[in-house]
Amino acid sequence: MPKKLIIFLKVLVHLACLLPIAWLVYAGFENNLGPDPTHTVTFFTGRSTLRLLAITLAISPVRKLIPKLGWLIRFRRLVGLYAFFYACLHLLTYVWLYAGFSLAAMEQDISHRRFIVAGLAAWLLMVPLALTSTNWSIRKLGGKNWNRLHKLTYAAAIAGLVHYWWGVKPGVTTPMFLTLLIGGLLLARPVVKAIKERKNGDRKPPVAVGAEKM
Amino acid sequence: MPSKKYELPESEITPKSVFLNRRKFMMGAAVAGVGLAAAAGVDRLVSPGTKVLAGTKLPATPNPNYGKGLKPTSYQDITHYNNFYEFGTSKSDPSENAWRLKTEPWTVEVEGLVHKKKTFDIDQLMKLRPLEDRVYRFRCVEAWSMVIPWVGYSLSELIKACDPLSTARYVQFISVDRPSQEPGIMSVNIPWPYSEGLRMDEAMHPLTLLTLGLYGEALPNQSGAPVRVIVPWKYGFKSAKSIVKIRFVKNQPPTTWNLIAPNEYGFYSNVNPNVDHTPWSQARERVIGAPIWKQLQPTQMFNGYADEVAGLYKGMNLNTYY
Repeated sequence: MPKKLIIFLKVLVHLACLLPIAWLVYAGFENNLGPDPTHTVTFFTGRSTLRLLAITLAISPVRKLIPKLGWLIRFRRLVGLYAFFYACLHLLTYVWLYAGFSLAAMEQDISHRRFIVAGLAAWLLMVPLALTSTNWSIRKLGGKNWNRLHKLTYAAAIAGLVHYWWGVKPGVTTPMFLTLLIGGLLLARPVVKAIKERKNGDRKPPVAVGAEKM
Repeated sequence: MPSKKYELPESEITPKSVFLNRRKFMMGAAVAGVGLAAAAGVDRLVSPGTKVLAGTKLPATPNPNYGKGLKPTSYQDITHYNNFYEFGTSKSDPSENAWRLKTEPWTVEVEGLVHKKKTFDIDQLMKLRPLEDRVYRFRCVEAWSMVIPWVGYSLSELIKACDPLSTARYVQFISVDRPSQEPGIMSVNIPWPYSEGLRMDEAMHPLTLLTLGLYGEALPNQSGAPVRVIVPWKYGFKSAKSIVKIRFVKNQPPTTWNLIAPNEYGFYSNVNPNVDHTPWSQARERVIGAPIWKQLQPTQMFNGYADEVAGLYKGMNLNTYY
């Protein structure tokens, strides 16, 4: 793939990932965040995180099924970092708009509310992934270890979904779509692997390290 | 034209009547033989995102004892941010779907352990006692709050008029259950009809309001038209909307949210900053309509009505009777 095209696509990916926050800021200035802006911002940043995580989880099965799309791997770390960016915004809305920066309030929440614990766990699981997203980290850890570490994405996504379900009232099914999507993408992994193994016998699958230049 | 004392001529109704006009247009269309299916289609085409169900002006007198220092939430927010699962679970569903509910004619049956079993129509309820404007705090269990200028009179007035037996210890409220007019009844999987209840002394408390209006006008459908109760020291779901039956009973009646999740939603459900719900801390609340950085405020015991109602729960452990 020509370098110029990659750069062009990267710019597009950046713009696409910045679109949600741009919308949020615009809506904020236009006073268009609805009667309960805190709630709007919270759900918006939370959902954005899970959507971006879903995209990162889609890349691996897609490129394995369609080898021609192998270059998609070059965008995975980028999208993953944006997922973490929205997770940080989401955490900030909690710390600021719900807990009012009160340590006591946060302590109380963590000890009493499982949905806060699940959300915090999801965010914590993403921290080492964001920290090791540099090329230097990949070299240092080695592709295999890096890949192994970054399987934490699965745990983060699952914790995020649990957090979502625990946070809504019984009877509310808004987390369903993202659950089916992410669940499907996780289940797709063993399925794709089995298909590949049956198809190629001894041929090795493409290396899935995000080692290509960012 | 106005047949009832509390109705004003069309010309005096605020621009909110836009909605009513639309409804009239639709009725006209139906009469013209367009047919039900087509009418539904037309509705989809013409229904804008922001609809307010118009109210008729009500002859109410402000009651200065309630609402001192409170700034009411805007009519727009009060009528577009609702939990009314009969019309769907999203906050915007009620304002979009509630017009389907036919509130005229409407009757409220009073039954059970009562000397005078009666059926009231709305006109009778409007005229039973003088209407008052009362500004109350409103606190949802989801940790958001509003300040709402209701119109009505103390429920105790209606109860006295019905003369319950001494064996009646609770009052149960049943909300309207019409799947054809309330899409949420088909799509939301909770036990219908919506049922709520109060202990007799709670129901008789002067704060408990038989509510017929909002902002000086008859209730819009999404706010529980044509008649509901408001129990300002309890979480919002205790204040049953669009009531068709008031039943006096001996034992604590089944209540909808308590049936759905008994560990979360107790029968009493008094606003209590010290008793949390699993997802939400009840120590703080978000003020609806405030700028985002000013939304957070501490929640008060009994939603700020402790002086009036704490006595009702003397000797009760409010951690057990949540």
